[in-house]
Amino acid sequence: MDVLVFLIPVSLGLGLLGLLAFVWSLKTRQYDDPDGDSHRVLRSDFDDRPKL
Amino acid sequence: MSLAEHPSLAACPACAVAPTAERSAQEMAAPSLQLSLPGIHCAACISGVEQTLAAVPGVRDVRVNLTQKRVQVAAAPQIGAEQLVGVLARAGYEARELDASAVLATGADKASRELLSRLGVAGFAMMNVMLLSVAVWSGATEATRDLFHWISAAIALPTVAFSAQPFFKSAWGALGGWRLNMDVPISLAILLAAGMSLYETAYGGEHAYFDAALSLTFFLLAGRYLDQRTRLAARSAAAELSALEVPRALRASGESAAVADLKIGDEIRLLPGARCPIDGIVTTGASEIDRSLITGESLPEAIAEGQAISAGETNLTGPLVVRATSAGTDTSLRRMADLVSVAENARSRHVSLADRAARIYAPVVHLLALFAFAGWMIATGDVRLSLNIAVAVLIITCPCALGLAVPAVSTAASGRLFRRGLLVKNATALERLAEVDHVVFDKTGTLTEGRPVLSGHDADTVQTRVAAALAQGSSHPLAEALRTGLDVGAAAVSDIREVPGHGIEGRWKGQPVRLGRADWVGAARGGGTSTWLRIGDDEPVAFRFRDAPRKGAARAIAALKQAGCTVEMLSGDTEEAVASLADLVGIDTWSAGLRPEDKVARLRELAGRGRRVLMVGDGLNDTAALAEAHASISPASALDASRTVSDIVLLGSDLGGIGEAVTTARSATRRILENFGIAALYNIVAVPLALAGFATPLAAALAMSGSSIMVTLNAMRLR
Repeated sequence: MDVLVFLIPVSLGLGLLGLLAFVWSLKTRQYDDPDGDSHRVLRSDFDDRPKL
Repeated sequence: MSLAEHPSLAACPACAVAPTAERSAQEMAAPSLQLSLPGIHCAACISGVEQTLAAVPGVRDVRVNLTQKRVQVAAAPQIGAEQLVGVLARAGYEARELDASAVLATGADKASRELLSRLGVAGFAMMNVMLLSVAVWSGATEATRDLFHWISAAIALPTVAFSAQPFFKSAWGALGGWRLNMDVPISLAILLAAGMSLYETAYGGEHAYFDAALSLTFFLLAGRYLDQRTRLAARSAAAELSALEVPRALRASGESAAVADLKIGDEIRLLPGARCPIDGIVTTGASEIDRSLITGESLPEAIAEGQAISAGETNLTGPLVVRATSAGTDTSLRRMADLVSVAENARSRHVSLADRAARIYAPVVHLLALFAFAGWMIATGDVRLSLNIAVAVLIITCPCALGLAVPAVSTAASGRLFRRGLLVKNATALERLAEVDHVVFDKTGTLTEGRPVLSGHDADTVQTRVAAALAQGSSHPLAEALRTGLDVGAAAVSDIREVPGHGIEGRWKGQPVRLGRADWVGAARGGGTSTWLRIGDDEPVAFRFRDAPRKGAARAIAALKQAGCTVEMLSGDTEEAVASLADLVGIDTWSAGLRPEDKVARLRELAGRGRRVLMVGDGLNDTAALAEAHASISPASALDASRTVSDIVLLGSDLGGIGEAVTTARSATRRILENFGIAALYNIVAVPLALAGFATPLAAALAMSGSSIMVTLNAMRLR
């Protein structure tokens, strides 16, 4: 069971990493236009992030 | 939009890949304009709108939001919204101005982002704690179990303190006012679950409910977030479709003044095309006025010195000077608004299904938990055991499914209607719409476009060519209809002059030619909307117009009849015009020549007979009726006051969605009731188990997630 000493911090760290990624995606306003984003990937013109 | 502009379109994607330094400078540009785009639905629309607008000189940046069906534009100050609406219309996209100052106020937007971040934190914490809990459930004992419980506590307690704040605040507010709302049992369950688990952990107990406290928070926040999103989208779009009321007026002396500052006796100048801001008497000038928003009358009326004009009417042909007889809060426009606010209050008494459920639910849950605690205390005398069971009862009964039941359904239903161009503004609108069994339509501007269209006369004759030439001399709606309706070259007419209140005259091949009112041209007045042309001493020729029905009108009425509703038309217009339209769109019951009070009286009479009435209307004469009806719909072109009192706004010009609105509302209400059924069923099974002391954290987690997912999936069937 000694392996838990490593595994628990690792799993918590991964969770925290996911949370930080979520906060980043929220801060960069990636949930403002889900419908539009799902259509935009199909366009040919370069458009990888919101301009406004 | 001409073909010659295409090279600049091609240049647009290139400027998007310009060096980062330039882009970040552009990103600084704050959006200055917002337009509503009811018709967009695909990737090609996004590209089309963005490229069309980016090609306008002075536009710095464009971004379409498909979810909200809007476009944000950062442009130089001289660019106006009307100009961009015009450019989009020529490119084939229907657009409407939004009041940017109101939409860009980001307060509400921030609130929904805040909820989303609370939801995210709760979700991540829930997953981690669940991971640790699975280890405990699958047989971890002694020191390992205690360690896992302590780690869970370290994650769960800060998360609950952060994420569950909206529930705590709302519950505290309710308790402060000596009321019970849904958030009181929710907060109690979350706090007790966390507190009890901490106590159990400290004493090496077997059961900890940290995962339950977190999943409760997560599922309920999800419901809260959906609710917030739907309301936000509806409120911001509906309230800010730009107002038609004139905030400023031109004094007779030529200076501009705020309408609020005008006093009785002040004289204002009313230019052609302007809407009158006051009630008054014409002192100088003659013209024709459009009364359709006030009376529903589709024909312009002549007005001359000494005659009365009221607020909300539009001056059409000649400049007028009007002396105010009442101004400010006393105009007919305001009196109508007061009438509306009274009716509004009456309607806000409608109690939503969710509130009705909460009223029964909250006391029952508290009593059950108390009963469990008392029962076990009497039976065993063990405080810790009794408290544990009482907490388990609270957690098990906690309204996860109930909290999601309504928002999940109304989000799915409003989303579906939004994609069809209907904006649901009011939280209880869908429930009221579902009960509707009688539909009342207004005519002018609702069932019809509200502007005349030339009927017949498409041949290329001498008369049509002269008429086309004369029509260019006026901005009168009939002249406009002639210009768009006559697809012929204009004759060489000279000395074109508009005679306010009468028509247009000029000279053609040495003869005087006149286009205008029958008595002025020298013809006998006929029925219907028409204008007359006389060349020299020839017999006058009539051009007839009809008010074209809106796209989808007949389809909407057929769909409503199919749904079992009776349909009726109430109009302020003449009997002849109403009868011919009723025949065209398939309405059997109609009344003409009604005043606003008559419409309200008719609605009251229907309500008195127990009918649930849906009112569809746009004008000021409908506003009181819209507020009086059980549910109401108005088109986006309607007067500001009418849109404000309506439950649903039609964003596009197509009426066809109204039938679907009723059927969608009915199935939404059915889904909500089904969801209540699912939640109740699950409680019937789970509560006796909890009361008997058999509930474990594992059982609670399974039951909670299971019922929440069931409810959400049921709601998704609406999409």
